[in-house]
Parts: sequence; structure tokens; C-alpha cells
Amino acid sequence: MHRFFLRSLWALAAALFTVSAGADEPSAERREELAHLLEQDCGSCHGMTMKGGLGPALTPEALTGKPVDFLVTTVLHGRPGTAMPPWGQFVNEAEARWLVEQLKRGRFSD
Amino acid sequence: MIRFLLYSLLFALLGACASQPELRGSNDLGVVIERADGAVLVVENSGNTVLHRVEGLGDLSHASLVYSRDGRYAYVFGRDGGLSKVDILRGELVTRVVQSGNSIGGAISQDGELIAVSNYEPGGVRVFDADDLVPIADIPAIPSAGGAASKVVGLVDAPEQRFVFSLFDSDEIWLADFENPQDPQITRYAEIGRAPYDALITADGRYYLAGLFGEDGLALLDLWRPEEGVRKVLEDYGRGDEKLPVYKMPHLEGFASASNYMFVPAVGRHEVLVIDERGWSEVARIPVAGQPVFVRARPDGREVWVNFAFPDNDRIQIIDVEELQVVDTLRPGKGVLHMEFTPRGDDIWVSVRDDNKLVVYDTRTREAVAELPARSPSGIFFTHRAGQLGF
Ligand code: HEC
Repeated sequence: MHRFFLRSLWALAAALFTVSAGADEPSAERREELAHLLEQDCGSCHGMTMKGGLGPALTPEALTGKPVDFLVTTVLHGRPGTAMPPWGQFVNEAEARWLVEQLKRGRFSD
Repeated sequence: MIRFLLYSLLFALLGACASQPELRGSNDLGVVIERADGAVLVVENSGNTVLHRVEGLGDLSHASLVYSRDGRYAYVFGRDGGLSKVDILRGELVTRVVQSGNSIGGAISQDGELIAVSNYEPGGVRVFDADDLVPIADIPAIPSAGGAASKVVGLVDAPEQRFVFSLFDSDEIWLADFENPQDPQITRYAEIGRAPYDALITADGRYYLAGLFGEDGLALLDLWRPEEGVRKVLEDYGRGDEKLPVYKMPHLEGFASASNYMFVPAVGRHEVLVIDERGWSEVARIPVAGQPVFVRARPDGREVWVNFAFPDNDRIQIIDVEELQVVDTLRPGKGVLHMEFTPRGDDIWVSVRDDNKLVVYDTRTREAVAELPARSPSGIFFTHRAGQLGF
């Protein structure tokens, strides 16, 4: 319930700020999809609340000191030799950046 | 006359006291995980209805469960390390402990008295009294070569009061004998193959088979001959080919076995591998729609049903065991996470996460016969598992 409320709030905030969003920021609708992807599909390895599973925790604390660009590269290209797959086929760079920013802000870790 | 009145009064009183819930059997019951809500649904598969919803089980984003030997209680293992005991007849949470930071699955001992939980963080296995969930044993998964504790995967129960599990980070299989629960005896097998991600035990409890993420093949331990050690089977099923990305780890749940053939998901290939149990040789590779996640045999062994990782998780494919090929594709909806056959395989229940529903198919006609609302459903577990090894 709590999470549902938060999500609705986010959707609302996202809708309100679409106009002011930068050129390559994902659209509000796309952000909903990305949020779903992060929670559900990234969540299958990193945990729905990003506290870790087979993959490491992606909480703000866990990502402290790791440059955004480096993490964006990880999301797009994966880490060969580990279980982290490349997502570049499903998200573009701006979207990967948005995902990493959400993680750094702790939007998905409660 | 007075005596008659007294008797009537007595019977009326007795009747009032006896107004208990109606008795029912338990072999058509099941539990469904609602992964986003920390809740479970108690369902029944005779009339396809939801009987209870039990809340307060914590983070169930990667949850599984086992049943008590009488089939009345479900022990639910949550992502947040929670272990919850649910009375499915009353639809109540009985006991709950948070036993680690991050867990993945568990098993119940052969005698039904011990619950073992495999943990990612801190890596290891913890064992509890099935009755009150009081801790009994703690086995940190410190690699044989030393170093940090490994994540533990593929924990199953084995005959003679043993548990078997795999160490994802240090490439080991451990066999823990709980004849004396206070002092478990552990046999460690090292270098079994890179990054075991899950495992299963055959229905007869003889073979433990771990799937490998870091290389091709599977690691096999014969529990009748544990002194012979672990050997690799199907070592070169993917040799030379580039692996496809795996967007969700496959599961080796139970034993998709039919006519001495065993069906397992390939890793990084859109194939189901068919292994002949008699010589552990490859019989076939069946091309399928995506990275297989669950590969489950209909109880009679005639068909094998397969679901897939993202982005092909809107489908189920059905393999004919005689033809060794896909004969049908179903599209239940978005985010097909799990499938469970009813005990005799007349129906199969499918959880469809993004559509917030469970779909029940008649396995003969392959028509949907019922749909039940469920919030972000994942695992479906029917009570007949209570009597099966490795479940
Ligand atoms: C199949 C499992 C799996 C899935 C699904 C998955 N990851 Fe990962 N991820 C991993 C593993 C394992 C690592 C650690 C790799 C290593 O050892 O360096 C990782 C690492 C990462 C890192 C780097 C963390 C760090 O501390 O350096 C980021 C960021 C990340 N993943 C984001 C994502 C996002 C975003 C998604 C979904 C779009 C996702 N992952 C889906 C398994 C997965």
C-alpha cells in the first residue's frame, strides 16, 4: 500500500515535470516502464528493494563513490564473466543514466 | 418429560460448542506468493478459489516455501531473511523469525523436524526447529580455501536426514548429515565447476545435480556413493558458441523427468537440454522461445512445460516428450513467473505477475479454465509437495 502510494506520487510528480525535463530525459510514460523494469526485472537479481540478491545491493550507500558513467556502462554493457547481463538492447544511454540516478537517490530502496 | 427437556437442552448446548469450521482435506490446497505485498494466498485447486490471504510476511520478492510433513503448515522463505510459518487451514501466520539479512530458499528434513534456510547474506545455512522456529544449527559457508562466506544456492533435503547445497562464489557442494542436529557432519566437495546457480535432487533422492552459470555442464553427486565425489556431466553442451545474455537465472526446481529423460534449462542458450539419466549423456537440445527459467514435467511425464526469462516472459511452451520438440505455445500474459501442476496433472496454475492474475489451464485442452486475481503473483506451491523429496 505504502509503495503503491509512493508510486502514484511519483507518477504524478513525473507527469508534472515532463515539460521541464531535459531533452533526452525519458518521458513520463517511459519512466513508468523503466521503474517497473528496475523493480521487477533488475529486482530478480538485486532484490525488489535493491538490497541485493545474486547481484550486489544497489542502495545509495552501496553505490557511494562509484561514478555514474561507470555504472551506466555496467547497465548498458553488463559485466562479462559475471551474472550482470547487458541491457543496451532494451534501454538507451539516457535511460540507463536515469536508472542509475534513481538508484543513487535511493528511490527503490526503502 | 423433564428428562426429555433436560436432554434437549444438553444437545442444544453441545451443538453450540461444536460450531467449528467445516472439516476439509488438505491435498488440494496450495499457497501463492504475492511478491510485492509480503502476502500469500491460500488457494484450493478443486474449485479454483482463494480461501485466505495472509499478510505480514516481509519482502517476498524472491520467495519460496516448503510444507510440513502433514501438509498443514507452509514455511515461507523471504528475500529479507524472514522465515514464516503459516497455518494454511486457518489462514494464519503462526510464527515468524528474521534469521539473516538476505535469504533465497530452504528445505525441510526427511523427518519433518528441521527447517534449513540458505542465505546469501551472511552466506551459509541456518537450521531451525520446525515446531517453533528456534535456531538449532548455523553453518557459515566459508570456502574450503578460506575467504569470505559464499552465497548458498540449491539447498535440498536428501534421504537419511541430510541436506545438500551449493556455494555460488566458491564452486563447492556441501553435504550436511543431520543425524545429530546439534553436531551436523559436513562433507565438502571443492572445484565442482564454476558458479553453481541452483540445483535439484532426483525424485528418488539419489542424485544431486547443480547447474553451472560460469561454464557449460552440470555437477553431479551420487548420494549412494558420496565417496566417489562430484563429477561433471554435459560438459561441452555449449562449446565454442557465444553465450546469450541471461536476464534471469533459470531454476532447477524439482525434477522434470520423463521416460528416463531429464529436462533442464540451458544457460545462455535458448534451449532445453535433454539428458539420459542412465548414462548422463546428452539426448537432445530442444530450441525454445527464450532463456528457459522453469522446466516442469507434467506429473505423468508426457509433456514438459517451460517458461522464460525477460524479455520472453509472456509465453509458455509445451514440449512433447516423445517428439522432443515444442508442440504448442501459450500466451497467458505479461510476466509469467511460475507454473505448478495439480497433483495428478489435470490442470496447471500459472502466475502472471504484470497482469496481477493466476491462470488455470486444463492440460488436456490447453484452454484457460479459470482466472483468479492475485497481486504480482510469483511462486505457486501445492500441498502434495509435502510428501516429495527435494520439495
Ligand atoms: C541475472 C542477474 C542480474 C540482473 C537481472 C541484473 N543484474 Fe545488475 N548485476 C548483477 C551482478 C552479478 C552484478 C555484479 C557484477 C560484478 O561482480 O562486478 C551486477 C552489478 C550491477 C551494477 C554495478 C554495481 C556495483 O556496485 O558496481 C549495477 C549498477 C547494476 N548491476 C544494475 C542493474 C540494473 C539497472 C539492472 C536491470 C536493468 C540489473 N542490474 C539487472 C546481476 C544482475
